Order: sequence, then C-alpha cells, then structure tokens
Amino acid sequence: MSGFPILSLMLLVPLAAALACLYLDAKSARTVALLATLANLALGVVLWLNFDVGGAQWQFQERHELFSGFSYALGIDGIALLLIELSVFLMPICIGASWNSIEKRVGEYMAAFLLVETLMIGVFAAQDLFLFYMFFEAGLIPMYLIIGIWGGADRIYASYKFFLYTLLGSVLMLVAMLWMVHTAGTTFIPTLMTYDFDPQVQTWLWLAFFASFAVKMPMWPVHTWLPAAHVQAPTAGSVILAGVLLKMGGYGFIRFSLPMFPEASAYFAPLVWGLSMAAVVITSLIALVQDDMKKLIAYSSVAHMAVVTIGLFAFNPQGLEGSMLVMLSHGLVSGALFLCVGIIYDRLHTREISRYGGLAINMPRYALFFLLFTMASIGLPGTSGFVGEFLSLGGIYQASSWTALICTTGIILGAAYMLYLYRRVVFGDQKNADAAAMADLDLREYLMVIPLGLAVLWMGVYPESFIAPMRADIAALDARLARAKPEGDAKLAMGKEKPAHEEAAAHEGAH
Amino acid sequence: MDWSQSLRLIAPEETLSVASLVLLLVAAWGGDKAAKLISVLAVAALVAAGILVAPALCGGAMGAETSAFFGQYRADAFASYAKILIYLSAAVSLVVAPAYFDRFKAMRAEYPVLVLLASIGMGMMVSATDLLTLYIGLEMNSLAAYVLAAFLRTDGRSAEAGLKYFVLGALASGILLFGMSLTYGFAGTTSFAGISASMAQGLSNGALFGIVFVFAGLAFKISAVPFHMWTPDVYEGAPTPVTTLFATAPKVAAMALTMRVAIEAFGDQAAAWQQIVVFAALASIVVGALGAIGQTNIKRLMAYSSINNVGFMLVGLAVATPQGVSAMLFYLAIYVAMSAGGFAVILMMKDADGNPVEELAKMAGLSRTRPGLALALAMVMFSLAGIPPMFGFWGKFLVFKAAVDGGMIALAAIGFAASVIGAFYYLKVVKVVYFDEPADVVKGESDVWHKLILVLSCVFISPLGFLLTKWLGHLSETAAAALYSGL
Repeated sequence: MSGFPILSLMLLVPLAAALACLYLDAKSARTVALLATLANLALGVVLWLNFDVGGAQWQFQERHELFSGFSYALGIDGIALLLIELSVFLMPICIGASWNSIEKRVGEYMAAFLLVETLMIGVFAAQDLFLFYMFFEAGLIPMYLIIGIWGGADRIYASYKFFLYTLLGSVLMLVAMLWMVHTAGTTFIPTLMTYDFDPQVQTWLWLAFFASFAVKMPMWPVHTWLPAAHVQAPTAGSVILAGVLLKMGGYGFIRFSLPMFPEASAYFAPLVWGLSMAAVVITSLIALVQDDMKKLIAYSSVAHMAVVTIGLFAFNPQGLEGSMLVMLSHGLVSGALFLCVGIIYDRLHTREISRYGGLAINMPRYALFFLLFTMASIGLPGTSGFVGEFLSLGGIYQASSWTALICTTGIILGAAYMLYLYRRVVFGDQKNADAAAMADLDLREYLMVIPLGLAVLWMGVYPESFIAPMRADIAALDARLARAKPEGDAKLAMGKEKPAHEEAAAHEGAH
Repeated sequence: MDWSQSLRLIAPEETLSVASLVLLLVAAWGGDKAAKLISVLAVAALVAAGILVAPALCGGAMGAETSAFFGQYRADAFASYAKILIYLSAAVSLVVAPAYFDRFKAMRAEYPVLVLLASIGMGMMVSATDLLTLYIGLEMNSLAAYVLAAFLRTDGRSAEAGLKYFVLGALASGILLFGMSLTYGFAGTTSFAGISASMAQGLSNGALFGIVFVFAGLAFKISAVPFHMWTPDVYEGAPTPVTTLFATAPKVAAMALTMRVAIEAFGDQAAAWQQIVVFAALASIVVGALGAIGQTNIKRLMAYSSINNVGFMLVGLAVATPQGVSAMLFYLAIYVAMSAGGFAVILMMKDADGNPVEELAKMAGLSRTRPGLALALAMVMFSLAGIPPMFGFWGKFLVFKAAVDGGMIALAAIGFAASVIGAFYYLKVVKVVYFDEPADVVKGESDVWHKLILVLSCVFISPLGFLLTKWLGHLSETAAAALYSGL
C-alpha cells in the first residue's frame, strides 16, 4: 500500500462529489452524496486494515512542495487514524439522516456536507502547520451555510455566533503559529512536536492555541455558541458538529498544545481542571432543566468534553487514552442521540420534551435503541461511554483527587438528566394523540441506528481494537510530557506485601 | 546615462502616450460611434505596454541601469510589477464599460482615452524617484480620474462624486505639496536618493513635519483612515466601471508610490514614520470594518472594504522590511482580483429592466434565483474576509507573517483580532444572499465580458490560486528586492 496516495484520495472523493452535487437535481444529489461517503468509508476501512499497528509513528505520508511558505504534507498516526475513521463512519449516516428531511436546495446541502468531510479529514491528516490551519478554518464556511440556510427559527443568530466565536479563537492561534514557524524554522508538525520552545514563550503560545481549541472544544465558559448552533442546525448538522467538529478541539490539544508546549501545559493544568470541573457541574445542571431535547444533549456534550480535557491534562497514559476514547465514544453516542431526536422530530416537528411521552408503547424498537444510546451516554459498563470515562477519571485521580471527585459527580448528574429525559419521552402516559400515532422505525432509520449501536457495543466490550493503534503514540506523548508532569496529590505507592502468616492471622481474627 | 537609454526605459509610457493622443484624434473625428473601437485599441495599447514592462520584472531589473533622466525616473522590477497590475486593472475597467454605459447611452469616445491618460499618470507615480516626477504623475492620474468620476453627466450623483473627488483630491494634493516643499527645504533636494542621503545625517523637526505631511497626502490617495471620508461617496456616485478602476489601479499606484517614498526617500528614518503607518493601518482596519456594518449599498460596502484592506496592506509597510514590501505587493495582486470580481458581480446585478441593483436588500435570496452569481459573490466576500481556503487569506497571512518575523507581534495580534470585526459584514452579505427569502429583483441578462472577468477573478481567488504562490511570491520578492537595491 506504500506510495499509493490514499489520504489524498480520501480528500478528493468527497470534494469531487461536492462539486458534482452543485449541478445535480435533488434525487441524484442524494445518491451521489451517499455513494461518495460510502466510497470514503470503504477507503477508511482499507486505511485501517493497512495501518501498521506498532509500526512507524507516521504512516501513509505524502509530501509535495506545491506552495511557497508551506507544503502539501499529509500523514497519520494512530490518533489521527481513529478520528478519521470516526468521520468517515458518521458521514453516510448524516447523509441518510437528511435523506427526506431536507427538501429545499438539496444539491447545495449535500455539497456543503461533502465539503465538511473533506475538510475534517484534512484537519486530521495534515502534517503541515499552515495546511492544518487552512483545513481547520475552512470548515467554518460550509458549517456557517449549513446552520444558516437549513437551520431552525433562530438560525441566523446561531450561525453568526458560531462563525465569529470560532474565528476569533483561530486568528490568535495563527499569530502563535507564525511565531513558532519563525522560531523553529519549519512548518512540519512532527518536527515541531519535538521542538523545545522557550518555557517563557510557551505560556503565550499555549494561551493563543487555547483560545482557539477551547472555543472549538467547547470549554466552559466559551461554550455558549454550541447550544445555539446545535438547536438550529438540521439533524445531520448536529450529528457532524457533535460527532466530529468538536473533536477538532481535543485533537488540537493532543497534537499541538501538549507535545509542543509541555511546560506551559503543566503550568496551566490547574486552569483546565478548574474550567472542566465547573463545566461538568454547571452544564450538567443546566441540562437537567432543559425543555428542548437538542439543547439538553448539547449541554451534555459540553460536560462530556470536560471529561476529555481533564483526561488530556492528567499527564498520564490512562488519562490520555481515556480522553481519546471519550472523544470517539462521544462522537458515536451524541451523534446517535441527535439522530434519535431527529427521528421523532421528523415525525412531529417539535423538540419540546413535553410534547412526547409514552413512546415505548407505539415505538418499542425506537425505544430500545434510544435506551442503548442513553445508557452509553451515562457510561454504563458494556457500552463505549464507560471505558473512556473510567480511564479518564482514573487518570485524573492520580493527578488531582479533588478534580476527580467533582468530575465524577458528572456521571451521577449525567445519569440524572439522561434518565429523566428518557422517562419523559419514552415512558409514562401517551399524553398527545399525534405523538401516540407515530410509526416505529423504518428501514432507512434502522440502517442508521444499527451500525451506531453495534459500534457503541464493540467499543464497550472490546476497546482494545481502538486502543491498540494509538498506544504507541500515547506512550510517546506521555514520554514527552514526563519532564513537565505536575506532581499528583494521590501519592500512589505500591504497598508492601504482608507476610503470609500475618494475613492468615488477620483472617482468623475476623472470624 | 544618455537620452537614448532614458527614452528606451520609458517605452511603456511612450506607447501609452502616443496611443492616447492618436485615439483622441480618432475620437474627435469618429465621434461616439467609434467608442467601442477605441476601447479595443486602448486595451491593445495597455497590453502592449504590459508586454514592454514584463522583461524588467522577470529579469529582476534593478540598480543604476534602470534609472532614467538623471535619477528622476526608475523602470525597475518594482515599478514593472505595479505597472502590470495597473494596466491589467485599467484594461478590466475598459472591458466592462460598454455594457454599462450603453444602457445610459453614455458610452463616449473619451472614456478609453481618459483611462489611458490615467494609466500613464499611474505608471509615472510608481516609477518616480523624484518628488516632482511623483507630483506630475499623481496629478496626471487625478485630473483624468476627476473627469471619469463625473462621467455620467446626466446623473446627479455622478456629478457629485466628481466634485467631491476633485475638491478633496485637490486638498490632498495641497497637503502633499506642502510636505514636499518642507522636505525640499530641509533636505535641499527633490530626488529620493538625495533626501535619503540628507536624512541619514539626522532628522530635523522641519523634515519630520515634511514626512508627516507627505504621508498625510499619500494617505488621502490610498484612502487610509483618517483621510478616508471621500471613498464611500465617490465609490457610490461614480459609474460602476469607473468605481472598478478606482478600487484597483489608483490603489495599486498610490500604494506602490507610498512604498517607494517610504523606503527609498525616508528609509533611513523608518522609526519616524513607522508609528504613523501603524496607526493608519490599525485605524483603517477598525474603521473600515465598523463603517461597513451599517451600509445598505453594496458599492459603499465595497468602499469600506477597500479601506479595511488598505489597513491590512499597511501592516506590511509598517514592518519596513523587504519581506513586508513583498507581502504588500502580493496582497495588492490578490486585492485587484478580489475587487475586479466583486465589481463584476455588482455590474451583473440588474433588475428586469436592466437597471443596476445596488441595494443589499434587493439582493436577498440571490442564491435561489441566480446560484452562480451568488456563489461568486460569496467567494469574493469570504476571500475579502480572509477566510481560508480562499486566496484572500494568503494576502493577510503574508503581511502578518512579515509583521511577526519583523518582531511586531502585538501589531499582528491586534490586526488579526480586528479582522474578525470585518468578517461580520462580509458574512452579512453572504447571509442576505443565501439565508434570506428571495426578493427576486435581479433578473437582467449579464454581459459576456462581465462573466469573463468574473470567472477569471473567481478562479484566481479560489483555492486554486494557492498553486500560484511560488511564482507570484518569486515575482513579488524580486520586486521588493529591486526597491531595496536603490538604498
């Protein structure tokens, strides 16, 4: 497989399809979009099968000196691989979710989505700092159009907020990037990842990157664009926003902030912990009182992303692996939850929780899948949510037990708001005749929720498949962070093994 | 240095002068019926002049052998770069004119001749290495431009634009002349090399005043804040093809002229004018962005956008390094393409009767009725806002890279942050065009030449433009090196 530009091909397929969709009528645009995303999914599978676990750190590298100032350099490690897989997995589902619900300007809609796919893959595959920035920023344009054209009532406000908020964060990052390139003399990300910047300057650089990634993530208190954008975006827009776009923030931390500025990361770790603690508690409480289903899930996303950030800034392999798994799991689960909301929204055209009730009676199969994803969101053992959250919290416990304590309340609060939501929508009496008359899942919807459900269970039961590709990269990152690692308050020490007779005596005493 | 070599060096200006005089005679005898023929010949003359200046740019001409008329004039790679952009912009404004003026039965034979005369003046501006050459070139361009602004004689707003441009332009020329006379008084010479040599000895208060007034006069010409007030009125009132010219060629000429004056004449005292330029840059970025938000007329909006973009370009000048100059030159090339594309869209927006549509509200929902036009407009807007992967991003990127490499990190950070304010009104246009319900006003047929200009500029500002970064980057670096070789 070496030498074959598979990453470029994965960028090209959706791009070509996007251009084609602009000129096609509604029906063929849907088909072309679906075929293109499925083709990319197939390429993604090929990519994963050919990824040499335990091999070179950077694989599938491509490099062409096409431009002055930066180069077209692609290449992935295990971390990028998994996020690319998540993107290509969710895309056909997004296209499926908008199959019937989008009626106006279908060609442009599909083109915007395919463009988003190209840019997301580009973000994860870029090995050049400025190439990364371009993909990272360019995603704003199609998402702005998706929210603004096909969103709900307050779409224009939401689209402005989304665009300007994230743009402000990113331009500061660009200034920092310019400085880094000026100092290090290269735009090649793997080289920059091992370049030691002056710890004094790292502080400023870290803050500039933080301004961008914290908004993208989003972290409390700069999360307010997210509920606005989510509520107004069409279902597929929400799926892709929650599923993949939010992961760009986490990816940014793990690819740039941590390896490039280890000292500054350690210095600011308490800040991140504090914001994450606040986020978990505050946004979970906000989620508890929402009347709008999408807003509730949007706030729960902020809480889950906070679990990602504490894992990242735990400075140990458990935390890092855990946060990666939370990102992947949240991509699947929140995407699936938005899809579940979309399924009933398509039927009743309201997201008001009180308009539903007793769906278990007329939509039992829907209720089953909704339950699975609800449990996965809570983090029930056996689902994907559990593995990531457990590792992440276990990681932070070694660094700061208070943070671990407060963030763990998020699990309890998460159970509260998700179960409360589930009870109000699915259980109880059938209060409204129109909600009671809704039909159960059809074939198209099965085709969307079944793969998601299987993936959630797979990740919950055998997470090794997902941890294996990134293990070496996480270990390398951990080694890079070792010199700046803050001293944890857990003071973990291996206990001395007690002599056998003493133990026996103790047992006897208990009898 | 003999006369024959000097005359050889000004071949492009000679070509254009002869062409404009001959065409004026053709116009006198042929009347307005010959207007289109004259336009074609004028474009041919501009192309010929462009071909004549190209070797100097490609060959990287610089140094003493490019100096003509005893140091009053210089035909180096820097001037050639600017001239090619100027001739290109002038040609665009000629190509788009007939379809517009025909509607008002105002396609007069003088239009192409005036554009040619303005181009000669602009060519002299960018080649001037003496304050007097500079002033003659500037006035030659300005006098032609005043007439062009008022070209629609029956239209009140056009006449108003011409008058405003004239009064304020004359004021600016006065300020510039005052600055020049102070500089001459304290430096004892009008040649840039002489001024530079004199200022290397130290800067007296009088000379400092001279620098300030010269910069104030030039800021008028490039419409930098706080001397920008005339821009929106003139842009709005002037006929759209003329506005296309104003937004492109004179901006290039005045910007290149400012660079040459700043670097070649005042380069040794960069610290004296850097703060002026930093202020003008940041003020232009902010005022250009804030002023545009309330606009309802797309031509006024483009005027504020040009103020905003001038601010970004000035960041490159504020750094005062070859890298900064080369970044500005690259930005100018992209800016010309963005403006040409933007005004081509404006020219193509006509209602069912063929009247031009300039109100933002009437463009609502354009994407539903004219998807291609709307896409082009959105590309121009995102490019002007500097959002990657549009090519407009690269211009901003280069000037801020120059600022960071030159150690002016605070300027870069503030400038970039202020660019977010600007993004708001560009987004507003995209919002009106894509999100709002169709007003269904734009129905008129588009002229094929407008389409051609639009397609060419859109291809240039699309991500495909990045493939040109090596080539254009090389040219702009050559030009910047030529500018610095005179020191």
